[in-house]
Amino acid sequence: MIQSSPFTKKKNSVAELMLWVVGATLLGLAAQVYYFGGGVIVNIILATVTALATEAIILKLRKRPIKQTLFDGSALATAWLLALALPPLLPWWMTVLGASFAIIFAKQIYGGLGNNIFNPAMVAYVLLLISFPVQMTAWLPPVELAQNPASISETLSFIFTGQGSNGLTVEQMRLGVDSFSMATPLDHIKSELSQGYRIVELKESPIFSNLSGVGWQWVNLGFLIGGIILLFKKVINWHIPFGVLAGIFITSSLLYVSNPDQYLSPLFHWFAGATMLGAFFIATDPVTASTTPKGRIIFGLGIGILTVLIRVFGGYPDAIAFAVLLLNMAVPLIDYYTKPRVYGHQNKSRNGL
Amino acid sequence: MVKLMNETKTIINNGLWHNNPALVQLLGLCPLLAVSNTFVNGLGLGIATTLVLAGSNASVSLIRNYIPKEIRIPIFVMMIASFVTNIGLLMNAYTYDLFLTLGIFIPLIVTNCAIIGRAEAFASKNKFIPSLLDGIMQGIGFSIVLCLLGAIRELVGQGTLFYGAEQLFGDWAKDMHLSFYLTDSKFLFAILPPGAFVFLGLIIAGKNAIDKKAKSRTMQKELVNE
Repeated sequence: MIQSSPFTKKKNSVAELMLWVVGATLLGLAAQVYYFGGGVIVNIILATVTALATEAIILKLRKRPIKQTLFDGSALATAWLLALALPPLLPWWMTVLGASFAIIFAKQIYGGLGNNIFNPAMVAYVLLLISFPVQMTAWLPPVELAQNPASISETLSFIFTGQGSNGLTVEQMRLGVDSFSMATPLDHIKSELSQGYRIVELKESPIFSNLSGVGWQWVNLGFLIGGIILLFKKVINWHIPFGVLAGIFITSSLLYVSNPDQYLSPLFHWFAGATMLGAFFIATDPVTASTTPKGRIIFGLGIGILTVLIRVFGGYPDAIAFAVLLLNMAVPLIDYYTKPRVYGHQNKSRNGL
Repeated sequence: MVKLMNETKTIINNGLWHNNPALVQLLGLCPLLAVSNTFVNGLGLGIATTLVLAGSNASVSLIRNYIPKEIRIPIFVMMIASFVTNIGLLMNAYTYDLFLTLGIFIPLIVTNCAIIGRAEAFASKNKFIPSLLDGIMQGIGFSIVLCLLGAIRELVGQGTLFYGAEQLFGDWAKDMHLSFYLTDSKFLFAILPPGAFVFLGLIIAGKNAIDKKAKSRTMQKELVNE
């Protein structure tokens, strides 16, 4: 085909970008399935179906073109990222509630893709976390430590009926002797530190490994590799992940140096909880993140610093979701003060401030 | 006479709908959002606020010509505070449990800007009867929103309705408890403050949608008439 100038490379479409994001999570997802069982797959299916159905209904109500928007992959990415953050045995209706809330309240009420202020997946995650703290912190032990890992039928039974084959709920089994479910490493450390233990003593527990927790380090490594692929594919820029990881590193290093008995090492923070998923996949959401290069670094740094502060001093074990939402709120301000200078204009921000 | 009727009608309409303190003026949101976690809490605070609003509006209007303009706000606040003290003591005497549940939000009625707003915007410029009526209507408008929000949050959050009605009406009201579903894990989001913001937003959106529909209908009628 003959084309006139300018000859530009075709820019990635929204759908292509979203598919790359989803595809890049597969390594981390595989690690999650290996260590924590197939529940996360069920969560992904539930969340995706709900999100697409909700999006279709709302688009119909708003009289918008359904097909085009439905298959741009944004609802898929939202549902996917939400499901990756949910515990594997979460009751099905909580996943459905979260996914539909993300689409209706965090996305469509603001006017659909491109207009939302807050990251929809994280809004849904926080909704579920503050509403059902017990279920949302009931993770399974990694497969190497599980005395009786949940089978596929057992997993389905927990998700859809709330009970295992022996008629007990996840919470009841958590209280029991068979260590069926278990706190995550961050959760464990938070509760034990308040009992007066020191980090060195805690590290002897079998749920910890060289980098962070058993299983968790591989999940995080998987997401790190996926994130690096996205960087090379230019789906995301380096600014935000760099900011998040640097923010976490700086803050946790300061704390760690001040008192290694009380505070975890920076490496542990990097490879525990949702750090890598947050840094590469969640904070980089093009709609809700800052849009200027300088602003993106500040945005990332803010998320990293807040994540460590909330993890260490806050009430919840992990904090990526809270940090992302708080910085989402700050984005208009960050963008305002980091506007790049337009060629030929004086640098106004220096005079204006 | 017709003029008086019209004036009364306008005051009632404004209080309940067109200038509703909670839905349109968005005044007094702090108690509205904090206390509306059950229907009964909402009703209790609604009644207290209505009484204070009626009293303060009536008395401000009575002495409106004697108040020096420069110090009117402190005078309004003192008058409102004395009414709030009275209501607080009354609730302490007759509905002690509800008094304990509402706690700090009863004295905080003083700072409800809907009340000082009405004193400043309406009572200080109008005669006794319209001011009293305006106070009552604004109070009822505020209470309706409080009760509606309380009912929604209670229903979604813990699956009950009219829970704790005995705190307001006495022991017989225990029969009013309705339980729609039982759950081990309450939907905390609806009971905590974020739920209040979301549901209030939905109620405001609903009101705006109704207004819009009514407006387009009258416009259509006008077009047909022309």
